[in-house]
Amino acid sequence: MNPALLGVPAPAVPSTKLGAAGDGLLSEPLGHPDFFNVKELFSMKDLFSARVHLGHKKGCRHRFMEPYIFGCRLDQDIIDLDQTMDHLQLALNFTAHIAYRKGIILFVSRNRQFCHLVESTARECGEYAHTRYWQGGLLTNAHIQFGAGVRLPDLIIFLSSLNNVFEPHVAIRDAAKMNIPTVGVVDTNCNPCLITYPIPGNDDSPTAMELYCKLFKMTIIRAKDYRKQREGAVQGRPVHHGDAGPLEVEHPPQWADEKK
Amino acid sequence: MCRRVLSKCSLNTSRLGAVPTALGSLSRCPTPLWVQTLSLTPSLTLPCPSSMPSPRVLSLSPESRAQRLPLRSPREGAAGRHDASPQPALLGAEQTQGPQPPLQHLHLHLHLPPPALPMPGAGQRHPRPPSWRRSAQARLRLCPPIVGTEAFPGPCCAEPGAAVMAAALRRLLRAGGRRGAALVAAAAACGPGPQTLRLIYTTTAAWKKNVAASGPEKYTEAFIKKQIEEFNLGKRHLANMMGEDPETFTQEDIDRAIAYLFPSGLFDKRARPMMKHPTEIFPEQRKIQWGEDGRPFHFLFYTGKQSYYSLMHDTYEKLLNVQKHQDQLAAQDLPPQKEKKNLVGSRWLTKTELEEMLLEKLSDDDYSRFIQLLQKLVMMPCGNIEENYIKKFSREISAQLQKVVIEPLKYDEQGVAFSTGEGRRKTSRATVAVYDNGTGKITVNGIDVLHYFPVLQDREQLLFPFQFLDRVGKHDMVCTVSGGGRSSQAGAIRLASAKALRSFVTEKEVEFMRQAGLLTVDPRVKERKKPGQEGARRKFTWKKR
Repeated sequence: MNPALLGVPAPAVPSTKLGAAGDGLLSEPLGHPDFFNVKELFSMKDLFSARVHLGHKKGCRHRFMEPYIFGCRLDQDIIDLDQTMDHLQLALNFTAHIAYRKGIILFVSRNRQFCHLVESTARECGEYAHTRYWQGGLLTNAHIQFGAGVRLPDLIIFLSSLNNVFEPHVAIRDAAKMNIPTVGVVDTNCNPCLITYPIPGNDDSPTAMELYCKLFKMTIIRAKDYRKQREGAVQGRPVHHGDAGPLEVEHPPQWADEKK
Repeated sequence: MCRRVLSKCSLNTSRLGAVPTALGSLSRCPTPLWVQTLSLTPSLTLPCPSSMPSPRVLSLSPESRAQRLPLRSPREGAAGRHDASPQPALLGAEQTQGPQPPLQHLHLHLHLPPPALPMPGAGQRHPRPPSWRRSAQARLRLCPPIVGTEAFPGPCCAEPGAAVMAAALRRLLRAGGRRGAALVAAAAACGPGPQTLRLIYTTTAAWKKNVAASGPEKYTEAFIKKQIEEFNLGKRHLANMMGEDPETFTQEDIDRAIAYLFPSGLFDKRARPMMKHPTEIFPEQRKIQWGEDGRPFHFLFYTGKQSYYSLMHDTYEKLLNVQKHQDQLAAQDLPPQKEKKNLVGSRWLTKTELEEMLLEKLSDDDYSRFIQLLQKLVMMPCGNIEENYIKKFSREISAQLQKVVIEPLKYDEQGVAFSTGEGRRKTSRATVAVYDNGTGKITVNGIDVLHYFPVLQDREQLLFPFQFLDRVGKHDMVCTVSGGGRSSQAGAIRLASAKALRSFVTEKEVEFMRQAGLLTVDPRVKERKKPGQEGARRKFTWKKR
């Protein structure tokens, strides 16, 4: 135990006071591979029309991105959208689970062109954003920079994993140090190594960035709404406790009414 | 020696404070922090060895007393003799060599209130804790159980266990003190049951508070509230002291009362004693930034500068709004509005003002970037849409040029027009009344000018304004002047008469006078003499050797 932290109150962790019902609340979504049905939020055609498949020139290619590249046309790399679909589904699913469990999500992007868009997205879904200069000890020295008892993000989403000088963002390494899972859009010139859920795709086009922001916002809002719904249901349950019996596994709600 | 020490030490509470000095002077290593802390906690309780009788006094065996060391170490001189060492018996006890049972009942409570341990009865022995481990460095040896028949009204008689503890401390210091590492024996105090001892190795560096990293002093809400209560109470007391009504005692009354009760000759107003409401003294601080579940309130919390970046975000949003509006107008083929806000009489907020607004420290780069963004917003053709937003960050500059008011002519009993003026030069002060329809007669302090100013140079000075305006023989002048010498008095009268003549003359001629320097106060005064020099500038004669 770090002696500097002796006497410091532990960060508040949301405690589920729901007891037996609470266990079902948290474990139920884990039973399905795509409980929140994030697959229906996007299609190959959407990705293509948003120019997600367009990478950088051949010279900028990162060695570790070669598996994700479909091919190269006129010196420009084309990202394999089949793989992107799979990765995007995993990443959105993970984000939804984190949001369902009331985790703190931090959007990071150092691309000046989309700084305002990312911050607005974060604000609209009730999460947090950091699109500014990254001070060195934000994650690793948080107790001193923010005060004792601060709660660090539970997920960091990189909408652009490079910083202004085209080097890997420091937050990738720091999140790995602090055991914080990361989701990141990796372009052909990025290093996908330390990112937990990489999403190979274009991070420079406005259409692509708007698509990613929209997708993340929708998944987070969907997951949070479902959580609120379930919590409301669980709180109403003790009234009918006698006949309801143990918690039934509900059929995943239909998301069809939500517009894409 | 023991008796001398006894007579010196009085039964007061300060005896515990002597523990570290005794130990510190006698041991070769500096007393670590925790020893002093220990000595300050008055409620040190030690389960004394079984044979300790009650009342809790330190009792010595005759053998241990016979073997005790002299009070002062060979290194100390006469000073040692006067040291009220509170533990003479203790030192004697330490010197007994031989196999000693390990430290069993030692409780060293660091920063924690010690548990209320009952005194063990006679014949009861605590079992040796099985988890006791000895390392090469931890040569902890229990000081022998202090058994004795007589009560020893020594300085530590209220804390007999302190002697045992202090002996152990001394051992600890000897064991590991040289390198600055302190051995701390922490006891898992769990009441009268079996106690375990754990050794924690640590250094003083780990306990040092990183003052720089903790940031500026933080005041809790409770503290501020208490300060406000104290202030209100003090205000009423002050009103009573001054014999005024406490209900209607305003801040000005407080200032006057404090200035009366605590007269201060200090020049800087901020250095004088003051009594103000705590909200004016303690700077406003940010409250805790996150809720009970740990989630921060602001969406830009993790950037570190949430207010500043939020401001930049909002300003950029206004910029985007304006651009969108421009595009809409362009789409409808309407010309963009060209009425621009006049920025002449206004200024942007200064960095300090912005910091106060945001309650956050800013760097110069941050500030300049924000101002550039504001400028860009204002410069845009349709920037007027966001005028309300921009107004928050601009301040009016009050008019700095003051138009000098020229007094109109006055008329005396005879109907003669006259005008007055005041002037100064060095330490002279002059007042002048210039009368119209005159013959050029000048009276200074009731004396004719020829007698008052025998020197031509001074009279020329008096004449200059009239000569400049071609009114040499047309005015009479009555002057009063005081202070200074002849030349400075002449200059003062010259300025005063020029000021008086402004009323007789057109504005153009006033401007000519101003350009000639007739209306400007001569700022030259005598320069002070500096130490190490003979005069203001003259240095002492330089001698080569």
